[in-house]
Amino acid sequence: MQRRLRLSFVLGLLILIYMVSVILVNFQTFSSLAQVPAGLIWLFKNFIPNEHTASYLGPILYQLWRTLIISISSTICAALLSLIFAVLGAKTTSPNRGFQLTVRFGASLLRNIPVVAWAMILLFSFKQSDFTGFLALFFMTLGYLTRAFTETIEDLDGEKLQALQAVGANYFQCVFCGVLPEVASSLTSWVLYMIENNLRDATLVGILTGTGIGFLFNHYFKGFRYDAAGLIVLLIAVLVILLELTSTQIRRAIA
Amino acid sequence: MIENSQPKTFQPPVPSNGNISLVTKPRLILRTVLGSLGVITVYSLATLDTGNLKLGEAFQSLGVNLKSMFLQPSIGQDTWGVLLRALSTSVALTLLTTLLGAFIAFFIAVFAARNLSPAWLANTIKAVMAFIRSIPTILWVLIYSVVMGLGANAAVVGLTFHSIAYLVKAYSESIEETPQDTIEALKASGVGFWPIIFQAILPSIVPALLSWTFIRFEINFANAVAVGAAAGADDIGYYLFMASGFYFNFHEVGLIVYMLLAIAIALEIISMRLRGHYLKQN
Repeated sequence: MQRRLRLSFVLGLLILIYMVSVILVNFQTFSSLAQVPAGLIWLFKNFIPNEHTASYLGPILYQLWRTLIISISSTICAALLSLIFAVLGAKTTSPNRGFQLTVRFGASLLRNIPVVAWAMILLFSFKQSDFTGFLALFFMTLGYLTRAFTETIEDLDGEKLQALQAVGANYFQCVFCGVLPEVASSLTSWVLYMIENNLRDATLVGILTGTGIGFLFNHYFKGFRYDAAGLIVLLIAVLVILLELTSTQIRRAIA
Repeated sequence: MIENSQPKTFQPPVPSNGNISLVTKPRLILRTVLGSLGVITVYSLATLDTGNLKLGEAFQSLGVNLKSMFLQPSIGQDTWGVLLRALSTSVALTLLTTLLGAFIAFFIAVFAARNLSPAWLANTIKAVMAFIRSIPTILWVLIYSVVMGLGANAAVVGLTFHSIAYLVKAYSESIEETPQDTIEALKASGVGFWPIIFQAILPSIVPALLSWTFIRFEINFANAVAVGAAAGADDIGYYLFMASGFYFNFHEVGLIVYMLLAIAIALEIISMRLRGHYLKQN
């Protein structure tokens, strides 16, 4: 009986939250949801690439390639730096408590500044160049990977480190011969995940900063060239799915 | 006295000459993957289009901007009322899309779980969801804004769309972890389809569902801000975009970033507490 009461209370609370949110956002639940099928039909009518679309293929593929390699390079650069931060900040390997707190706070700060804010801040200094997108992705990835790496290192069995220390290994030997080889495959798995994620975010950053595939999409979309915009959406989907499949395979191989 | 004229020595057996390699196949693959990612990184950095940028000056101006953002935040041309109202819209947008997404996703996930529904149905749903998921949220919002007009409705539908695709994957994988035997036994004793789900499966996977929903909640908050900036929903992202892209008022950008940080950290603490609370109860 008490369980049932609690359940109804939680349900009631959720419905209340929903109602308040609907009013605040000014969202018409039913009329909007009713438009979803119409939206999909519109999408399939207008976004299908046609015979004219092939002429756009060159620039689209080029920008897609640039976006892909920028997602990869920003992730790798951020990963190298976060590895250092994570070793300094993880409870098991940290030289002192000050480092731990600093790394934790810094990572949380970087992570919680939305990528939009990064893009807008950097756009002003770095203008409309690939570098803006690179840095925006870099800072956000740095926050995420530092946290993930720290947690992975902390999950490591502490006894192994103690055993190494007991036979007289110094700090660097402990880190480079004990910790890093052990966590290498799970860290790589995180890196692959962030590359996927950054490829998706790169579109958003591109729309905001006017670079890469996001800019191209925005350009065609606002110019009512929906067939070209549709081709971009399709190619992004294919690329993301390919990347997902590849990283699943790699993860399985290195586990 | 007996003396050992010759000290006894032990000859250790000579190791066979076969090399014992520490490099196993997974290690080799790991090195290859990291190596090729490194090569791509170097290539990408070398060909990065910096648009005739003087990097030194750019970093210096970034420093100045960051200083005026974080050390001297101020309200700018908007009022506190406007910004707080916009911030509450963002939070409401996040709550709305997460709740709606979680509710719809659960019912789809039931049919996408291999242990509850036929393989062809489960695979079809999973493939469609993978396709929807692979298209970034912001593109969904932009696409829907053409059909419904710019504004809140398109934002909600676009965000919900992506949330559903994300949560269906997470939920259906959680459902698939329920042992097949439990389901078979219940089916054999004549329990209906929905009672099995609500009485047997749901209670055992609630913690997993909660943690996935909270992860999506945090993602949706970031997305809600992005949607405001890129698709003109009337939330805090729009003011962020205007303050930095039109008025170049970095003091106001700083203030908005502080507001977003406060909300994001509060969300993190709340979700940690709730998860801890639920895990303790069960």
